[in-house]
Amino acid sequence: MKYTSEFRDPAVARRLLAAIEETVRGYRGSMTLMEVCGTHTMAIYQHGIRALLPEPIRLISGPGCPVCVTPVDYVDHAVALCRRPGTLIATFGDMVRVPGSSSSLLHEQARGADVRIVYSPLDAVALARGNPDKTVVFLGVGFETTAPTIAGSVVEAQRLGLTNYFVLCAHKTIPGPMAVLADDPELQVDGYICPAHVSAIIGADAYRPLARDHKVPCVITGFEPLDMLQGVAMLARQIVAGEARVETQYSRVVKPRGNTRARDLLYRVFEPCDARWRGIGVIPGSGLCLRPEYAAFDAAARLPVEVEEPREHQGCACGDILKGKAAPRDCSLFRKICTPENPVGACMVSSEGTCAAEYKYGT
Amino acid sequence: MCLGVPMQVREIYDETAVCEIDGVSREASLMMVEDVAVGDFVIIHAGFAIEKLDEADARETLELFRRLVDQGVLPE
Repeated sequence: MKYTSEFRDPAVARRLLAAIEETVRGYRGSMTLMEVCGTHTMAIYQHGIRALLPEPIRLISGPGCPVCVTPVDYVDHAVALCRRPGTLIATFGDMVRVPGSSSSLLHEQARGADVRIVYSPLDAVALARGNPDKTVVFLGVGFETTAPTIAGSVVEAQRLGLTNYFVLCAHKTIPGPMAVLADDPELQVDGYICPAHVSAIIGADAYRPLARDHKVPCVITGFEPLDMLQGVAMLARQIVAGEARVETQYSRVVKPRGNTRARDLLYRVFEPCDARWRGIGVIPGSGLCLRPEYAAFDAAARLPVEVEEPREHQGCACGDILKGKAAPRDCSLFRKICTPENPVGACMVSSEGTCAAEYKYGT
Repeated sequence: MCLGVPMQVREIYDETAVCEIDGVSREASLMMVEDVAVGDFVIIHAGFAIEKLDEADARETLELFRRLVDQGVLPE
């Protein structure tokens, strides 16, 4: 048992599709399901799931790619920091190619800046430990799945007594924008395919207000093809029955209360703050900032730099794509000017951005 | 970014586990999880085990899938 290949059996997929068809037969109206998480977006494209689903079901991508929803001024801030003498920027891979207003970390690296891609924030702590003469800044981008790992790195840096480890923090939490988009009259989200691993941390119960107050069915769904088809089947059944409940398809990992220990770690180091989302704007309480006790690790406060005036790229439809209001093909730059080699917007850069997925797997 | 890989715990020392899947092994921090034992499956994300995988629950889901194929019964 490996808990991946068993969830890819084509015979089961055919039966699940038949079950979905049976459920939606005779249903009047459309079913717009939003997959909130970028990892779902990628998996849906990779397995060709959109094309398999019957007529009334439409899958749209949401704001769940952390790199994509990070505003351009954050990239500008990271660029300004990497130009600071003696500074080493450590980051997950996706961030380096995101275009800022006038540069990117990749450009700066080519000009000699010390930018390192790491797999884990703990690798960044090891860099700080191994380079005591350098100021190491980790780019803290990510949702509830990733934020506790950065919290863990801060705790570890503190335990080691490091004074040269900092985080440039732009963490975000996912239920806020889901509530905003659920109320958007232009969108009409009929059901949410809720993120798998964010939910492992926050728990299924975190979506109850969304289902209860915004009347949107929520199904927490795993990333394998059979998980996703079963998740769609569960949403279709709720929609046909006129219900709005929280259900967990991915119950082998996600529990009603989530992972308390991970959340304790997260909120030991971070506290909620307002955050700006590309395309959506400021959502109160949807960000995570370092608590005052950990202010010594805050790159924004401790390492002052001059950041250029932010400038979004003309014609880039990333903002509307992140809200599910536009598809990559609706963007005049898609495939023509904006490609994975020369991305204009973040949605084309990230390996889980909707434009990158459409470019790679779209027909 | 929220990709997590199920891996099996092979060794534990202090708060670190050596995890393995398909011949690939790597270390992961156990800072976020409780009561993990050698042989357990955990979801690994960015160098941390973020949650245990409930094997009984996984088998239950797979059993529902098998029933669906054998009898055409909808999984509830």
